[in-house]
Amino acid sequence: MSATQEKPMTLKSLSHKKDNLSGGHRMCSGCGAPTVVRQVLLAIDEPVVIANATGCLEVSTCLFPYTAWRVPWMHSAFENAAATASGIETMYRSLRKQGKLKKEMKFIAFGGDGGTYDIGFQALSGAMERGHQLLYICYDNGAYMNTGIQRSSATPMGADTTTQPVGSKIPGKTVRRKDLTRIMAAHNVAYAAQASPHNWRDLMTKVKKALATNGPAYMGIMAPCNRGWRTQTNDSILLSRLAVDTCYWPLYEVEGGKWTINYDPKDKKKPIAEWLKPQGRFKHLFAPGNEALLERFQKLVDDDWESLQKLAAAFGAK
Amino acid sequence: MKQMNWKELPHAGTVLKAGNANEYKTGSWRTYKPKWVEENCIQCLFCWIYCPDSAVVVKDEKMTGFDYDHCKGCGVCAMECPGKKGNKAIVMEEEGK
Repeated sequence: MSATQEKPMTLKSLSHKKDNLSGGHRMCSGCGAPTVVRQVLLAIDEPVVIANATGCLEVSTCLFPYTAWRVPWMHSAFENAAATASGIETMYRSLRKQGKLKKEMKFIAFGGDGGTYDIGFQALSGAMERGHQLLYICYDNGAYMNTGIQRSSATPMGADTTTQPVGSKIPGKTVRRKDLTRIMAAHNVAYAAQASPHNWRDLMTKVKKALATNGPAYMGIMAPCNRGWRTQTNDSILLSRLAVDTCYWPLYEVEGGKWTINYDPKDKKKPIAEWLKPQGRFKHLFAPGNEALLERFQKLVDDDWESLQKLAAAFGAK
Repeated sequence: MKQMNWKELPHAGTVLKAGNANEYKTGSWRTYKPKWVEENCIQCLFCWIYCPDSAVVVKDEKMTGFDYDHCKGCGVCAMECPGKKGNKAIVMEEEGK
């Protein structure tokens, strides 16, 4: 992995690079997604082409006649960011073969959790199976935030959303979220990982690794949404850190079938309540009589963390 | 911005000027304004890497202030600022005061 063995990345050295997402985009104040995008783009040295699924990121960064992107960028529909990127990558390979293009280029598709876990899932699964040389990045805020906080299959159990609101009959979302990073790993992709913007070095190293592998790659990146999560505008990084420290969003990677946990809080693992408490969408979990819900949430997190540790032990570096 | 007529509009709604959203000012969204207290700044650049609006200006590896044309006043920079000896180098102040 030559890309990762260069001199260590520092913020000082990165600050010389051009910011490829300009200010003036219309993402909400304090949104986690543009921070994720800036870090991803700063990690890339080669020319890159982006395909973007419909979602907050797409509508807010490209309001005609403005674009916040300083790299070639394309949007076509909600469900097909992975298919769009596949097409661009295939055209690139063809042009290279014909000798019409000499440059080495990279391809990234961005989607929110709605455009990735639900609507774009079939296109994503297909792109990964066909083995395109592209990186699909899902910035995961756990609901359809762009259209008004409708639940998605990435929404955590118990969250209050406008399509499964908390009331006398149901306590928010009744089922647990699906674990897309593991589903992508089950596609036997070249690289699958989870990252979080609070740990910029880990995130950027993973982007470099993903783009250097020979084959399709997937990354799920935590992107807190203060509007949908009912939190303050200043805590997106704080909440992404807590998501990792509570093991709700463990940092791990699956590289050619080898599972590695990149950050293990060990005895510093925090109770999930610390991540849930600041979020208004989980307020009811702390109401009297709902202790069982909170316990169930903790158990889901603990079980997932335990099974991940088993995977890392069984299929990790020997 | 001048409205384009149908002859001037690019095909398929493409935007040919990369990053021209920079011409659009989002600074008026602010309720709170970040203030840089230089003596408490340790130049860790956390504010720069975490800013969602590319509104922290860094020159020669040093934080030099804010781009108030684009800063939306979310306060992530102030929250993440480690400061010096417990004193933050970025504090949020009410806009217009």
